[in-house]
Amino acid sequence: MIEFGFALKQTRSEDLDKTSLERFHRLLELTPSFKRCFQCGNCSATCTARQFTDFSIRRVHTSFRRGEYDGLAEELRKCMLCGKCTLVCPRGVNLRSLIINMREILDEPQKTGKR
Amino acid sequence: MANRYWNEYQKTIADDRYYYERSCIRQTFFPGSETAFLRMMKDELGKDIFDDFRLHTCTGIGYHTDVVPLETTMTVVARIFSLMTERGYENLVPSCITSFGVFTEMIHMWQEHPELLEQTRENLYKACRREFDIPRNVAHPSDLIFKFRHELAGKMKYRLVNRFTGQPLNVVEHIGCHYAKLFPDKGVGKAEFPYVLAGMIEAWGGHVVDYPERRHCCGFGFRQYLIRENRGYSVSNTKKKLESMEPYEPDFIVSNCPGCSMFLDRWQYTIAEMEHKTYDREGYGIPVLTYEEMAGLLLGYDPWELGLQIHQVQSERLLDKIGIPYDPKQKYNSASGKILRAPEKPENLLV
Repeated sequence: MIEFGFALKQTRSEDLDKTSLERFHRLLELTPSFKRCFQCGNCSATCTARQFTDFSIRRVHTSFRRGEYDGLAEELRKCMLCGKCTLVCPRGVNLRSLIINMREILDEPQKTGKR
Repeated sequence: MANRYWNEYQKTIADDRYYYERSCIRQTFFPGSETAFLRMMKDELGKDIFDDFRLHTCTGIGYHTDVVPLETTMTVVARIFSLMTERGYENLVPSCITSFGVFTEMIHMWQEHPELLEQTRENLYKACRREFDIPRNVAHPSDLIFKFRHELAGKMKYRLVNRFTGQPLNVVEHIGCHYAKLFPDKGVGKAEFPYVLAGMIEAWGGHVVDYPERRHCCGFGFRQYLIRENRGYSVSNTKKKLESMEPYEPDFIVSNCPGCSMFLDRWQYTIAEMEHKTYDREGYGIPVLTYEEMAGLLLGYDPWELGLQIHQVQSERLLDKIGIPYDPKQKYNSASGKILRAPEKPENLLV
């Protein structure tokens, strides 16, 4: 291949023709308090795992909300379920429940052909 | 009421007596387009349009990349206006969209800040003892072709119709950002409903493709391509548009901006090399024409005189669809009759 010195970049747009939000909606059913999240990032700021790894719970649930599930199951294994994020959340989101439910949903078989 | 609001989307375009300003890059990218435009205006429509050999850069590319300071751009633009004033014209027609944007922007700044206008007059006089009037009307050549599209349609030999199926050709139109996004009221249909190219396509028998990323940037964006390491942004933008239009199977793309026409065309080769992907069924790519080339073809001008062989994606299949005759042996003949060397054929984009 010709070496151009530059490369194509992955698009950041959310293509709902190719992405299903089915698992996100299931998460909202299981953890309704997640609807109140306004993405302030306090959960990540207080996270103990964040101090020692590049784990960011805010990034994980934002990706989940967008239907971008690649690598999330592995990422969620870094969480120790200490619950500090739940204590500091100003919107009262039950983050421990959120994390456990995300893990379970990611382990479930998919119903649609979309990713 | 509806008509009153729609009036705001119309643009005043002068009827006659134009002063034409050629483009730096268009003469390299599309060597036949400007000549074809002048031929249409003079021979087909009988308009008075002056092609001044003394003209020079508007500084557009340098201005938008912060190489040329604003005061210099204003003085250079003022010199172009002084040449027009000297020739006795009031209606300026810049060939390039960037020049159109620069002129419009400078005039706007002078209207908002009269002290800048006075400073520019002083700078120009000190530099070359010249004086100038601000043009009464600044219109892009695509505005003029749009204005006279029905008159031109009466003179056309061909229409934008597939002669094998009898169906209108699917045409993607792309408006340059500096045409209507800088100053929306300076474009036909403003920035929301740009109609300058769509009007031509509809008047000449084609079907305008309305695809999701229709108003997305072509990928030109000066800062995106001037430095090689940044060109990934440019080609990614183009890919996004091509992917979006692909399902509609466009027969060709038409644009009124030199950068858009250039990059929508050339990046098809780059994407084909990088990903072995082309955006038509057979692997030849989607031809990209300027609006002058589109009009010239329908008027029966020779495709090779229009410079279609200079494009990356070749247009023979499109010419066959419309029914335009061409001589393959003449494709690489120069104006002096000398046969030029045919370009190399890429591996992944068929020619």
